[in-house]
Amino acid sequence: MFILIVGCGRVGSSVARAMLHEGHEVSCLDEDPESHARLEVGLEKGWEDLGGQFTVGAGLETDALVAAGIEKADAFIASTDGDNTNIIIAQIARRRYSVPTVITRILDPLRAEWYERQGMHTVCPTRVAIDMLETAVREGAPRGDAGPSDTDGSAEAA
Amino acid sequence: MYIIVVGAGKVGWNLARELLEKEHEVTVIESDRRRYLTVEQELEHNVSYGDASELWVLERAGIQRADMVIAVTGDDEDNMLICQVAREKYEVERIIARVNNPRNKPHFDLLGIKPSVSATDLILRLLEHEVPEYGLVHLLDLQEEQLEIIEMLLGKDCGVIGRRVGDLKMPEGSLLISVLRKGKGFVPGPDTVLDVGDEVLAVLDPGHEEQLKDLFGPGGGNGAGDGGG
Repeated sequence: MFILIVGCGRVGSSVARAMLHEGHEVSCLDEDPESHARLEVGLEKGWEDLGGQFTVGAGLETDALVAAGIEKADAFIASTDGDNTNIIIAQIARRRYSVPTVITRILDPLRAEWYERQGMHTVCPTRVAIDMLETAVREGAPRGDAGPSDTDGSAEAA
Repeated sequence: MYIIVVGAGKVGWNLARELLEKEHEVTVIESDRRRYLTVEQELEHNVSYGDASELWVLERAGIQRADMVIAVTGDDEDNMLICQVAREKYEVERIIARVNNPRNKPHFDLLGIKPSVSATDLILRLLEHEVPEYGLVHLLDLQEEQLEIIEMLLGKDCGVIGRRVGDLKMPEGSLLISVLRKGKGFVPGPDTVLDVGDEVLAVLDPGHEEQLKDLFGPGGGNGAGDGGG
């Protein structure tokens, strides 16, 4: 698969490395040339030496998207730090370039939920964190405190 | 009419002021705290603090009952998203989006965000109108109607100078609708003879600009009207 990842922060760069390790062709696009260094964290060779591609540019720039290979992409991941940017470029990838698989990271749960209902494939880290925290609190609360739960001491812990 | 303006920059603030003067109900949404506090001194309860790309902020501003949403922030992604959500989620009947970078205009079109207004574009057109050396000037694009209106200034070397309008071989799908001569406009008849300095207006189906440019450009019009001669 040819995978284009726009936004090469902590999330984007980790996904990029994992996909490259699995033998996919991976191309990254980021506004910040410095994010290239983040890609190479923990790698024994350079990103390009391992077959990766890196382009400097904004996700909204048509030229940059084309240079990064959007026209031949099988999968597109929008993982910049801006929800709105991700939502817009994902739609461009889908509608203009007909990329078969488009995944959008949206931090705001409300926007993620609505766009998901519109048929967008979204990943909402905030939603995941909320669910995990809620589960952790429910499961962990009775045993989480060192003191016995049926004494007055539990009130102080709250 | 209830109008929500997103972005209290120079454009948004002045727009809100004008709309309030015209007795519309207006809420301006601004996400920068300091800017909000400045604008709030004048617009008071008509300005609301928050990031309008968050749905609850739009809902708090009453987007469900808004007749129009105008997104004029300095960020094209925000303007596109806000207009898209306004129209598709909240079914706001009319939206207007500002295009900051003209290169993003195709994205607005792709997402069906219409109309979208680009200041650069407007100034460029104004400039072309004031300085018509560029030849053919687009005055109006009626996208829905599939028509364009353009203007051409006839120079000395123009092939059609001294010719009767009736003898011009106008491309199919185009029509000469007006001639501006010495500050006065009139509708040309078949016997109107074109002169140096005339500005002619034509309405045409999109895609015929080149043929018109050939006809009205330098040395153009040769061979036109052969049938009449």
